[in-house]
Amino acid sequence: MCSMEAIVYDVLVAGGGNAGLCAALTARELGLSVLLVEAAPVAFRGGNSRHTRNMRTMHEGRLDPLHGEYPEEEYWQDLLKVTGGETDEKLARMAIRRTPEHVQWMHRHGVRFQAPLGGTLQLGRTNAFFLGGGKALMNAYYRAADALGVDIAYDTEVVRLSLDGTRFRSATILQKPGTDHVFPPGGKTWSVPGLEREVRAKTFVAAAGGFESNFEWLREAWGEAADNFIVRGTPYNMGRVLKLLLDAGAAPVSDAAAGHCVAIDARSPKFDGGIVTRVDAVTLGIVVNREGRRFYDEGEDFWPKRYAIWGRLIAGQPGQIGYSIIDAKSMGKFMPPVYPPMKAYSIGELAARLELDRGALEKTVADFNAAVRPGRFDHTTLDDCATAGLTPPKTHWALAIDTPPFYGYPLRPGITFTYLGVAIDERARMRMKDGSVCENLFAAGEIMAGNVLGKGYLAGIGMAIGTTFGRIAGAEAAKHVRG
Amino acid sequence: MSADKPAPDAVTRGNGPGVPLANLIEEAQRVLAICNACRYCEGFCAVFPALERRLEFVEADVHYLANLCHNCGSCLYACQYAPPHEFALNFPKVLAQVRGETYRRYAWPQSFARAFDRNALVVSIATALSIAAAFFFTGAFTQPDRFFGAWSDAQGSFYAVMPHGLMAAIFTLVAAFVVVSFLASFLRFWPEWGGDLADFVRVPSFSSATWDTLGLRYLDGGGDGCTYPRERASMSRRNFHHLTFYGFLLCFAATAVGTIYHYVFGWKAPYPLYSLPVLLGLIGGGGLVVGPIGLLILRADRDPDLGDQSQDPMDAAFLVLLLATSVTGLLLLDFRETAAMGTLLALHLGFVLALFVTLPYGKFVHALYRFAALVRFHIERRRPLPQLGSE
Repeated sequence: MCSMEAIVYDVLVAGGGNAGLCAALTARELGLSVLLVEAAPVAFRGGNSRHTRNMRTMHEGRLDPLHGEYPEEEYWQDLLKVTGGETDEKLARMAIRRTPEHVQWMHRHGVRFQAPLGGTLQLGRTNAFFLGGGKALMNAYYRAADALGVDIAYDTEVVRLSLDGTRFRSATILQKPGTDHVFPPGGKTWSVPGLEREVRAKTFVAAAGGFESNFEWLREAWGEAADNFIVRGTPYNMGRVLKLLLDAGAAPVSDAAAGHCVAIDARSPKFDGGIVTRVDAVTLGIVVNREGRRFYDEGEDFWPKRYAIWGRLIAGQPGQIGYSIIDAKSMGKFMPPVYPPMKAYSIGELAARLELDRGALEKTVADFNAAVRPGRFDHTTLDDCATAGLTPPKTHWALAIDTPPFYGYPLRPGITFTYLGVAIDERARMRMKDGSVCENLFAAGEIMAGNVLGKGYLAGIGMAIGTTFGRIAGAEAAKHVRG
Repeated sequence: MSADKPAPDAVTRGNGPGVPLANLIEEAQRVLAICNACRYCEGFCAVFPALERRLEFVEADVHYLANLCHNCGSCLYACQYAPPHEFALNFPKVLAQVRGETYRRYAWPQSFARAFDRNALVVSIATALSIAAAFFFTGAFTQPDRFFGAWSDAQGSFYAVMPHGLMAAIFTLVAAFVVVSFLASFLRFWPEWGGDLADFVRVPSFSSATWDTLGLRYLDGGGDGCTYPRERASMSRRNFHHLTFYGFLLCFAATAVGTIYHYVFGWKAPYPLYSLPVLLGLIGGGGLVVGPIGLLILRADRDPDLGDQSQDPMDAAFLVLLLATSVTGLLLLDFRETAAMGTLLALHLGFVLALFVTLPYGKFVHALYRFAALVRFHIERRRPLPQLGSE
């Protein structure tokens, strides 16, 4: 095909997010030569990590910037609860136990922390927030990688893998035609945009994330409903490496329809809208579907515990759309969404603005208001404001929607990450379907997070998994190379 | 937010966060709404906690928040929505542009607001005229023999070419004008920002703001320093600003001590090297040489995305003027017993005069607005915070 010499490195890391950088930094510090390929250009590097903001961190004593204690057992129980047991306890506890040490390691690599953000005080004990958020964290890691001499190829993807049984042999990479990024910078460069190059590396770390930006794949799992999904994170998670690994015989974990999917503003950009697209008004009012009817208990539990189910709920509604409706009493009681609400002085007028059937919405609101029983409203507790004789009920924070102006936010499923991944062992080595284990192929981050988080969602655990198995993958790669 | 009060345009228009707006205040409102929904940058400085207290941003809030920003740049590099993201959010740039508007909007007298439009030119002309005036008043044209003569300290070298009374009268007049101008500006913006005068001088908030100012607390990017002039954080900008600021204060103190010497004790300038005014002036002058040079060098390497480039001439003009003041002051100290004294004195007085005349119409005004914004911040900080639920 082409006679260019192969590119040779000790480690090839696919994916420049948190896990990939943790692996690259660790391996480089152990003296290995490292090439990291990142599908995005510099401005959008970091995968979904650029949208993250904290890491769930165990601590059995004082650990800045966290307060109180968050023992291993409590962390494990929290994980067990959200996954309903779809987790590998051994791997999960490994990730949990290493989190306090990560905080120091991250600090050493330029990451800074801050007190919990406004509106997230409930996470101040369990989650260590990055100063400036995930992009600042990724900037720090990339600076550290530059200083250490990790070679980074932006706009570059792994397009083929060559395995010999359980042994990784080489990967074919392709730098996007037209890119102005040269790797490695200065001296001898490997860059030949638009032409496939072979990388012969002694080890391979797959840290290329899930497939949430790949609508073709999402359609396989969700059917046509997927077309109405909005991807909250990076557009670069096409799942190409995941697919290559599964095709090469990797043992899968979790399934293609599993993922973190929340309800976000329907007006959000198709990709990369990030945190600001959230709408936190759900528990304060009602949510109706395209037919103007309610479909789930909006007051089931505190929003931080329940917001993760609403993406899926709306994905199950006709047209994959919902409308959060509140009245003037609730305005200002939730984190300000970035999109202004639709506003009207009567329910009928609001229906018109939201393009809903006027009569249906008026009836839904009237029925709801009639079913509201008196109680003491308190948004900070599971209060006694509930409906009676209504299906579905609203079991807390049910207040009549009767004070104009009325506000409506259109909602769509916002997919944040997918859980389908490859199985690994406790040395981050990829497991094959036939029960064998790869000797020099490791996986870290979202691509293997399904081992720990098979379903459900726990804020900040993705970063704990990525950092743990990224660092393990880097260290194991060094062990393999050094023999 | 009061529900039936109409929200500002940028919030009601319904086009969301995606489209940068031509109108500066509306663009700032768009950007502030995105930041308020995100909040990742909260740990960097005072601006984010201050904006989070609001659900909507009226024009006066925009001016207040813009002036609370020290333009450290950290939030730009940390921003997941910065260009080329489609939200094209450049928070420090928009706030810098708003500050430019603040300076115009509250300038007194209002007709002088135009001085901010082509500030470097205005400062240059003011400097040229001031120097010409200084040569005139020191008798360069009328009494060349005295002006170009060599005078010993014992002969009161400075006042041999310019009577003390005249010098004092000119600078008292200029100082009075500067004070009146700042006071008039303050009385216009402070009530708009939502405060009464008693609020401003309340001890806890005033002293916190003073402390933040003296330490330049918010030029630290949340700990590691400003990402200025580029992405790598460093304390160099804070240090050079300190040198400039304290250099300026020490020089001012030197003049104040000299004035006390003159009027209280009857001791006439020039003072010997080991006298308090000269030592203060020497140290302060040193700071006022190194500080502005450092800031000018950093500025030359500044990331073009950081801040409002249209204000560069204004910033540079102020720094150069400070530098010219300190350099001529130090030269004057060194050569005051030579025939060059008259020329150096005239130059020095000319630069000092230009510096003071243009104080209310140049970069110096940032001090007034920044300090008032910090006071406002510390007043608000003592009020309870609304609790909001979120993911």
